[in-house]
Amino acid sequence: MLQKLRTMGKGAHVPHRKGTDELATVTMPLPPKVVMVMQQHIGAPCLPSVNKGDEVFVGTVVGKAQGFVGADIHSSVSGKVTGIEQVMMPGGALMDAVVIEPDGQQTIAPEITPPAVRDRESFLAAVRAAGLVGLGGAGFPTAVKLQPKDLDAIDTLLINAAECEPYITVDNREMLECGDTVLSGIMAVKKYLEIQKVYIGIERNKPAAMDLMFSLTKGDPDLEVVALPARYPQGAEKVLIETVTGREVPNTGLPADIGVLVLNVTTVSAIGKYLASGLPLMTKRLTVDGGAVVEPKNVEVPIGTPIENVIEFCGGFKTQPTKVLCGGPMMGFAMTDLSFPILKQNNAILALTAAETDISVDTPCIRCGRCIGACPVRLSPIEIAEAYDAKNIEMLGKLHAEVCMGCGVCSYVCPAKRLLAPKTTLARLLYLKEANK
Amino acid sequence: MEVQKLLVTPSPHILAKTNTRNIMVGVCIALLPTLIASAVIFGWYVLLLCGVTVAACVGFEALYCLIMKKPIPVGDFSAVVTGIILAFNLPPAFPLWMAIIGAFISIVIVKQLFGGLGLNFANPALVGRMVLQLSFTGPMIAFTYPQSVAGVDALASATPLYVLQQGTVPLMDLLLGTHGGVLGETCAITLIVGGLFMIFTKIISPTIPVVYIGGVFVLKFLLGIGGGTAAAVAGMDALGSILAGGLLLGAFFMATDYTTSPYTRRGKIVYGIVLAILTVAIREWATMLEGVSYSLLLANLLVPYINGLTRQRPLGVKKGKKPAADGKGAK
Repeated sequence: MLQKLRTMGKGAHVPHRKGTDELATVTMPLPPKVVMVMQQHIGAPCLPSVNKGDEVFVGTVVGKAQGFVGADIHSSVSGKVTGIEQVMMPGGALMDAVVIEPDGQQTIAPEITPPAVRDRESFLAAVRAAGLVGLGGAGFPTAVKLQPKDLDAIDTLLINAAECEPYITVDNREMLECGDTVLSGIMAVKKYLEIQKVYIGIERNKPAAMDLMFSLTKGDPDLEVVALPARYPQGAEKVLIETVTGREVPNTGLPADIGVLVLNVTTVSAIGKYLASGLPLMTKRLTVDGGAVVEPKNVEVPIGTPIENVIEFCGGFKTQPTKVLCGGPMMGFAMTDLSFPILKQNNAILALTAAETDISVDTPCIRCGRCIGACPVRLSPIEIAEAYDAKNIEMLGKLHAEVCMGCGVCSYVCPAKRLLAPKTTLARLLYLKEANK
Repeated sequence: MEVQKLLVTPSPHILAKTNTRNIMVGVCIALLPTLIASAVIFGWYVLLLCGVTVAACVGFEALYCLIMKKPIPVGDFSAVVTGIILAFNLPPAFPLWMAIIGAFISIVIVKQLFGGLGLNFANPALVGRMVLQLSFTGPMIAFTYPQSVAGVDALASATPLYVLQQGTVPLMDLLLGTHGGVLGETCAITLIVGGLFMIFTKIISPTIPVVYIGGVFVLKFLLGIGGGTAAAVAGMDALGSILAGGLLLGAFFMATDYTTSPYTRRGKIVYGIVLAILTVAIREWATMLEGVSYSLLLANLLVPYINGLTRQRPLGVKKGKKPAADGKGAK
């Protein structure tokens, strides 16, 4: 009751625009080249493990993870390495990338066999070998997530199928098209990590997927499908946990600290797929949509395919796009260059027309408090922005700038169209940097 | 198709439709029924007076920004709102040149000298009204009785609050506004309609008006009971006190002014309670009959403190705990 009152009216009713939710996934032909970027996860970048001229197969490791927090990168095609090149990441940093020219044979690497999983250890080794990262967009290495400090304290597995970003329908398609591997993935995590209770959280705007999950989980009292309000950012980890379990992730901690493990539905399905086939994560389903795209589609794309080839497969542009985004319109990156490749954690390419996207022109803050009322983690974005402008670190600490997750709701609701979200993110980074000194 | 320049900005890439201008226009629409009612009750001069204050407010703002080489905030409609509310706080036969002085005080002194929209410490129209009240006390309390009420002295300085002290005013007169007062405060029905319009269009949250009006009602009722009045009579008195005077105008249109009211729901509740206590205290025990404007001004000054004390507890932050010194684990 108290929690209901606290969270009442939080978040924002963003437009759904999920026009592709009934489009079955189509597989795209091989592109002329794939570019395997060495950073497709949170953590240290991978090191290229192949050289120019090497022959690689489907599933060959081309980027080796460095350290515990990392995930191997596997070739999505068979062919020849034409070079190790540098590409510019959306943030502006330069990153190594293995460029491969496909031979069209799609020969599978000889070492690929379904993993022999007997116990927890071999299960975790399998997840690590699959090169899995959080496919909802964050890209946190899944094997790392499955090994929290105190595994015994985890009593709840929460499957995130909220998919609250506008346009994107890939998790919806995953449930509808791969319900069996979603379920086998869940059961494997549940079994080997010995987690009692599983919730599958789905926003109410996906009735077909919800019905299917209901029927698949019927008869197992440990599995529960939860209908979530369709309100952005319902799929943000902390918000989802609070909605489903009523628990709050500590501002200085992780979901594991309160006994919850959250996995995206496509990620858990990928675990199921790997256990059955031994094929690591090499393709990704993308929603290609937006007013500038001739034929919006859900496409299965080899990881490393340049964006321009994906757009081409969807008929190209019918009008000039104003922005091309990797990800959704609330948290996605605006791309400068369409030769950038698809990464593991990408879930959408959106080519938006001028009418579909809004450009903020700062006007004076009228102190309406909408940003504060809507902040899903209950911060005070306007006060944080002002403290950031004054570089007042003490105030940033008092306002708990570190809790911000960058969901963008404050900017979205602001009637003065102020750039609150980017500023709050900058404030968080500044505060963490100063506090760690 | 060859792709030309792509726009690159930080996310989010879509924004809500509501903007400052929509909001201000919405407030103007909410004020309109009361303006029409006022013209019906007090005559056409009211429209001229309101037109003059609006024109003066917009004109002074444009002129100030021109002189100060600031971007002219054309079209945000905030000066129009100030102009209408200022007019609503003037007696129906108020001289135009004095009203223009009020507009100058509101826009130039109270709003622009403190930095413009969003930075004023008190409600501009409210301070404008107070300066006029102190400077031109005579004309400011010359409450014309409505033409429709026959046989009453046209310049009787009686407002319902005064009359209430002497006897009673029929409830119907209070609802319809056919009694003396400043031009925007008399017609309770249109004020409530305007307030509800703003609540349903989400321009304002209902918290402040509900707490403020409810608080005045409860306090008046309790004071009545405490004074030995029968419950039914005290109830009617309390009802009269929320319908009479500037309470409805103040609660719906002035206490909810974004800049001079608190941010959070908790803050708004505190603010409403403070307003209710101040209003009843002034009306009961001070020499003035009307307490709404002075309570608003006092409460306006408290807003920064209320904001500092009523922040929401961020998700995952334990009460009373110091901010994380190491920021550990925060992604």
